Amino acid sequence: MGKAPVLSLRGVTKRFPGVIANDNISLDFRAGEIHVLLGENGAGKSTLIGVLAGMQQPDAGEILSHGRAVRIGSPRESLGLGIGTVFQHVLLVPSLTVLENLMLGRGRASRLDRAGTLRRFHDLSQALAVSLDPEAKLGALSLGQQQQVEIMRALWRGEGVLILDEPTSMLTPQGVRELGEVMRRLRGQGVAVIFITHKLREAYEFGDRISVLRLGRLVGQLGPERLSAMNQEQATDEVIRLMFGSPSGHQGEAETLAGRGIRRRAGIIDRSGEAILRARDLSTVAETGECPLREVGFDLWPGEVLGIAGVDGNGQKHLAEVLAGQRMAAQGSIRLGGVEIGGTDVGARRRMGLRYITDERLGEGTVQPFSVATNLVMKEIGVAGLWRHGVSLWGRIHGHARERIREFDIRTPSERTPVGRLSGGNIQKVLLARELGSAARVVIFNKPTYGLDLQNTKLARDRIREGADAGLATVLISTELDELIELADRIGVMFQGRLAGIIDNREGVEQRIGLLMTGAAA
Amino acid sequence: METLLTPAFVTALLFGAVTAGVPLLLAGLGEQVSEKAGVLNIGIEGMMLAGAYAGFVAAYYSGSFLAGFVAGGLGGAGVAALMALFCVRLGMNQIVIGIALTLGAEGLTALLHHFQFSRSYPRLDAAPALALPGLAEIPIVGPALFSHHWLVYLAVLLVPLLAWVFRRTHLGLNLEAAGQMPAALDAAGIGVLATRTFAVLATGFLAGMGGAYMANVGAGLFVPFMTGGAGFMGIVLAMLARGRPSWVLVGSIVFGLSLSLTTAFQVAGVNVPTDVVQMLPFLMVMLMLVLFARHSGLPPALGLPYVRGSR
Repeated sequence: MGKAPVLSLRGVTKRFPGVIANDNISLDFRAGEIHVLLGENGAGKSTLIGVLAGMQQPDAGEILSHGRAVRIGSPRESLGLGIGTVFQHVLLVPSLTVLENLMLGRGRASRLDRAGTLRRFHDLSQALAVSLDPEAKLGALSLGQQQQVEIMRALWRGEGVLILDEPTSMLTPQGVRELGEVMRRLRGQGVAVIFITHKLREAYEFGDRISVLRLGRLVGQLGPERLSAMNQEQATDEVIRLMFGSPSGHQGEAETLAGRGIRRRAGIIDRSGEAILRARDLSTVAETGECPLREVGFDLWPGEVLGIAGVDGNGQKHLAEVLAGQRMAAQGSIRLGGVEIGGTDVGARRRMGLRYITDERLGEGTVQPFSVATNLVMKEIGVAGLWRHGVSLWGRIHGHARERIREFDIRTPSERTPVGRLSGGNIQKVLLARELGSAARVVIFNKPTYGLDLQNTKLARDRIREGADAGLATVLISTELDELIELADRIGVMFQGRLAGIIDNREGVEQRIGLLMTGAAA
Repeated sequence: METLLTPAFVTALLFGAVTAGVPLLLAGLGEQVSEKAGVLNIGIEGMMLAGAYAGFVAAYYSGSFLAGFVAGGLGGAGVAALMALFCVRLGMNQIVIGIALTLGAEGLTALLHHFQFSRSYPRLDAAPALALPGLAEIPIVGPALFSHHWLVYLAVLLVPLLAWVFRRTHLGLNLEAAGQMPAALDAAGIGVLATRTFAVLATGFLAGMGGAYMANVGAGLFVPFMTGGAGFMGIVLAMLARGRPSWVLVGSIVFGLSLSLTTAFQVAGVNVPTDVVQMLPFLMVMLMLVLFARHSGLPPALGLPYVRGSR
């Protein structure tokens, strides 16, 4: 690769209060190369993208475009340098059509040029080999299609650099394959593709060059020559070695990163007794933009982990809320230990041993300005022992909190610290400590490791496994297939509000789930 | 009732409806621009009042209605500039600032008026009416609808113009994106704050013109607090119209009629207590809200300040 880089970073540093998100990072991006930036959550990938896209300003270092030092002060300047960015979360307007979204930002007050836009749209559709209806409202498209619109927009003016920030996190396996084809096409046309991911497998599959980030630093790089000389196993081991030095001290984290899908649940579930949780025919009514449940039913036995797979937005949130009692089902029944609980509220279900760990740790799970201690008793306010005649016994509440902090290894300055000041992993521990008390019988997890770093991901998964081994019945909703394969006994797939085919977690389950996620096979 | 429904009464009623409806139309269209871009402009009542005062003073000293309307628009835009500074640039709470601006404008205009004119309320000459040839000769309806000041026709023409802007121009897309998904607009390289600032200033200008029309044409004089909730009705209109200028027009006709009916009843000496008659337009507001505002279809980012990089 003797080609001169089209875009380079030289010693880029970006600090946020308390953390160095990017520490002296130097990288080169070349035309016709798919360059993977690999790292776990919190490694500084997104900040780096923010710097290139003009959303963040570096504190030190410089950016070179075709060898010339440039300053990227705004998204507009980034586009002006031929850098197109597709962000992790879709940044398009759902109420506008595909075409209108593509016209957005191409003028300030002038008339819209529909004809010209349509021409370019067809050119790009052909170049990317995708087919979209230009007049469809964006909100009506699947996430994969929305992403195709994003890629089109990023390449609109013939941009030479395309940044894709965790583009596969919302896609089905089929969508990921299509994205791979699009990227290879673009590479063939001489585009420098920057592909950000935290999944080792994708890095190997798509990358010509892999740069590994950890804790804000560039810890190593595998160039095309070395990569092509290695098989997947060797490359994986090499990346793990780059990330952790010697892999031995970080075995669990390395495995979590590699996503090798090791089945750890070998226990045989006794299904001869009565199921502890029986859901039948659950349906909900959805507001705009939500996916309702459609006749969902399953049985769950003690000690069993039922995995719920599926692309985000296929009814998982409603399922979790209906089971937890935060949302009433329009029809259907839920029986817990033989008792109908469909009409009862959250408190009653909690007293019966049903627990829910939400995916919205900050909005729904905790009250940020409240102390760790208060958050730990949030769902039991008024309970005897911690309150007397409605008066808080702060000594006991704080004592209770200190116990929990020790037991769940919550890293907090004190039990009085506002929970919003803790890291994501520690907030998740607060939630786990609150929900996984002694009286729990059934636990519902909604995306329990979303946004956590490797260490906390591993800890959370260990908790789930330990709980199940101790006899807890667990519903595990996750968009990470590896996680489900590691933890679940059976896996069902949510697609457009229906729970399709609950299958045993055995060899070859990935392919079947992949098909179910696209609704191809019921 | 038969004695009421004379041709003269109907003509007066309709004429009054136009006079009362035009400020609502301008305010409603203005608020719609703001809300589309994600700024809930509660300060619009203050902008109307500032426009009414500035417009009256300019027209009074220059003797020109045109100067009055321009000054009115600028007066409204002046208050809007404060709104843009505090709410858009500094990201402060739109409701609190909006209320403060309304109260501030009420106090300031009353105070200025008192210093200038003491307790007298000088009147302007009657506004020149532009009778549309042909149309104005239609019996009953003609003199009621087609013999008005030119600003009335301009306000009505603004409806298709805004609809065109919303649907067919980049400005329309930018406004919509600023209210629906501001981060998308930012990522597309258009400044969210600039777009919203423009929207708020446009709102102020339109509301100010509405206020000036109220003072200079509708009443012919300025009285403190004279807008009497017209700005708030404009907010309701914008809310009910769900982004469509034509619905603002429909709404302002309905509200204008009910306002006009109030006056007409009083003039005709109908034997109903004045307080009850004066409640009519507000009952109408409540009725419309209850009937049509269940799903207001407001932009998701309405009322939320935009900060790049946060979500």
